[in-house]
Amino acid sequence: MEAFIGNLELGFTTALSLQNIALCFAGCLIGTLVGILPGVGPIATIAILLPLTFQVDPTGALIMLAGIYYGAQYGGSTTAILVNIPGEATSVVTTLDGHQMARQGRAGVALGVAALGSFFAGTVATLVIAALGVPLTKLALIFGPAEYFSLMIMGLAFAVVLARGSILKAGAVIFVGLLLSTVGTDLQTGDERLTLGLVDMMDGIDFAVLAMGLFGFAEILRNLDNPETRDVVQAKIGRLLPSKQDVKDCIMPVLRGTFLGGALGILPGNGAVLGPFASYTLEKKIAKDPRRFGKGAIEGVAGPESANNAGAQTAFIPLLTLGIPPNAVMALMVGAMTIHGIIPGPQVMTKTPELFWGMIASMWVGNLMLLIINLPLIGIWVKLLKVPYRLMFPAILLFCCIGIYSVNNNSSDVLMTAFFGFAGYAFYKFGFEPAPLLLGFVLGKLMEEKLRQALILSRGDFATFVTSPVSAGLLIVAVLVVVVAIIPTVRKGREEAFQE
Amino acid sequence: MKRTFAAIAVAAAALTAAGAQAQNYPTRAITMIVPFAAGGPTDVIARIVGENMSKTLGQQIIIENVAGAGGTTGITRGAQAQADGYTIMMGHMGTHAAAPALYPKLRYDPAKDFSPIGMAAGTAILIAARKDYPAKDLKEFIARLKTEQDKANEAHAGVGSVSFTTCTMFNVMIGIKPTRVPYTGTGPVVNDMIGGKVDYVCDQIVNLVTQIQGGNIRAYAIATPERSSALPDVPTTKEAGLPDYQVSAWNAVFAPKSTPPAIVAKLNDALVKALDDPATKKRLLDLGAVLPQGNERTSAWLGDYVVQEVARWTPILKAGGVVAPE
Repeated sequence: MEAFIGNLELGFTTALSLQNIALCFAGCLIGTLVGILPGVGPIATIAILLPLTFQVDPTGALIMLAGIYYGAQYGGSTTAILVNIPGEATSVVTTLDGHQMARQGRAGVALGVAALGSFFAGTVATLVIAALGVPLTKLALIFGPAEYFSLMIMGLAFAVVLARGSILKAGAVIFVGLLLSTVGTDLQTGDERLTLGLVDMMDGIDFAVLAMGLFGFAEILRNLDNPETRDVVQAKIGRLLPSKQDVKDCIMPVLRGTFLGGALGILPGNGAVLGPFASYTLEKKIAKDPRRFGKGAIEGVAGPESANNAGAQTAFIPLLTLGIPPNAVMALMVGAMTIHGIIPGPQVMTKTPELFWGMIASMWVGNLMLLIINLPLIGIWVKLLKVPYRLMFPAILLFCCIGIYSVNNNSSDVLMTAFFGFAGYAFYKFGFEPAPLLLGFVLGKLMEEKLRQALILSRGDFATFVTSPVSAGLLIVAVLVVVVAIIPTVRKGREEAFQE
Repeated sequence: MKRTFAAIAVAAAALTAAGAQAQNYPTRAITMIVPFAAGGPTDVIARIVGENMSKTLGQQIIIENVAGAGGTTGITRGAQAQADGYTIMMGHMGTHAAAPALYPKLRYDPAKDFSPIGMAAGTAILIAARKDYPAKDLKEFIARLKTEQDKANEAHAGVGSVSFTTCTMFNVMIGIKPTRVPYTGTGPVVNDMIGGKVDYVCDQIVNLVTQIQGGNIRAYAIATPERSSALPDVPTTKEAGLPDYQVSAWNAVFAPKSTPPAIVAKLNDALVKALDDPATKKRLLDLGAVLPQGNERTSAWLGDYVVQEVARWTPILKAGGVVAPE
């Protein structure tokens, strides 16, 4: 305990130096802006800003880059709520109820709950990293290919529950998502699959391309098709901050979301993606009246938003304690550390404790700053909804295009996004939901990789998925989730609930 | 006659213009294409070298990451860029030596479609295994792999990656056909290696060094002529009994073909100065990088080296049973 306090003290002394506070603030501010601009993601931003960090010491540089990362998570929720565009896989769920709240004139409340929930989750996650980061690393190592595959199966089961309307349609859409995830170069043989012979398809479809198309572009087509709905949103603004009742409704979802998101974030295979989906599924299952979900239920924003931020923080555990990056942003952080002469690994903690603990302490400082930056901004964001749509949509379109181009510096990605925009519009017209498709797509890639690795290692024996207790447990949960989803009574409730 | 004269005049004007351009070069920022995602070993080397080259050239070198298809997407774009010195690229062992064997539809020829500038830095390759692998040195390790054959699990970071190509060479050289487990990137490989799920890997020192220092992974040999200062206990392949296994993941700067010689010379000069700069040199060496010496720093040497490397890798990768993408 004494060591723990001493470590935190060292951390805060480092994080609270004038230079590091300034860098942390700069990172959070840039991150928030980047997160809000649809399409421009933290990866492109960090890559662009890397050269600027050459001038400062490694601790300061990493504090700023980490600020950009979790700042972008905050900002991404704003776009998801206001204009129904998820910037990242983790904010897909926020669009479901968050945007509905905005349509009902409760955008301010949704944003406020998201910010408060995220702050709470961030605080808890920071403490978890500081206290348990090292022992938790062992948990990550238990997860081999078989365990990950079962985890992903469980995630797919969530996708079924997420869907509004027909289960058949939801299932079909998930499979389209899985199918799209198989486009690209075969993992084992290097053969091209479903690329139509196009070089630009060799690496498959980028998440940002699919998400911006299905949500961003398609949403614009939808709104232009039907201008009245847009005016309704503009007419009602409502209160800016959550009421006492709102806060009361959110406490438990925030706690549960923080736990789920934090736990899944520790897994090095980008488990953080599952956090918000898991939280949403849980909230909907235990709600007294699950019919409200998808129509602006505040728990559907509070839980997933907390899960998303907790996961974003705990995702640093495998990076800081093992040196293993769990996702693309963390891989970039590895690069940033190596450029500064620090090769991430188990020694970082002992060799450069001020960097390790300074970064952890700065995360809490950063979360506080984000709250301070974001709460006053809510008024401004909500006013954005009053901007006439004829001015708003070209701007959204432009930023989406810039953002997508910035992912790989590749113009064909922008064209593909346009294609998925039309596809998303068709989905909407035929009553299919894009959210389960995105989850299927995100999980599909990992699922295939892990399935093949597990089967190669077991020499083709499927028993490998049930002989591991962790894997077997996850599969049982997946089966339970699906069974509950298709029990007729529950299903009846669902269908009533999810008619738009 | 008139027309010939006019043509000569135009050509002369163009030449002087080109000459003047080369003399004033560079007058604006230079784009360096890195054909991999930001944060990887090639990107890190490009950024460190590029930063110092900017100082010499007096213009900023901007890194543009164009990842995809094992680096060939970015290099294809670079090969097709204007040969005016304002678009250069960081080529790599994968894009300029292994690619012709791996990608039959490759849209560039590593030897013919570029003006080589110079070698930047290579990173040493390690042969490493999970920490409880029952072999005390490289000889025992190889002997055991030979008896195990396809019972052994080798992990690599994807077809065409450095760990894939260099381990293909290792496997071909010692005559084994292990079970090859594909991953997407080095991070998950290291994770499963520490967790004891896979047996061995060949990869760049920078990806493994801290895990080896921490005792989570065991290194059997390093494929360089001399030991690395970061891992002084790890023997070279020569010392450990596999002297022919000499391989490095090299990174070199290229410009599109027919770039004016004056510009090539300026860029080569800036590159050499960067490698001689004490601070830059130290940063590269700290990463476990191997730097070119003497003659190896010239443009001409790089041109010859690319030809040799393509000739060396093509038969190895074909023998390794790679299913080439059609």
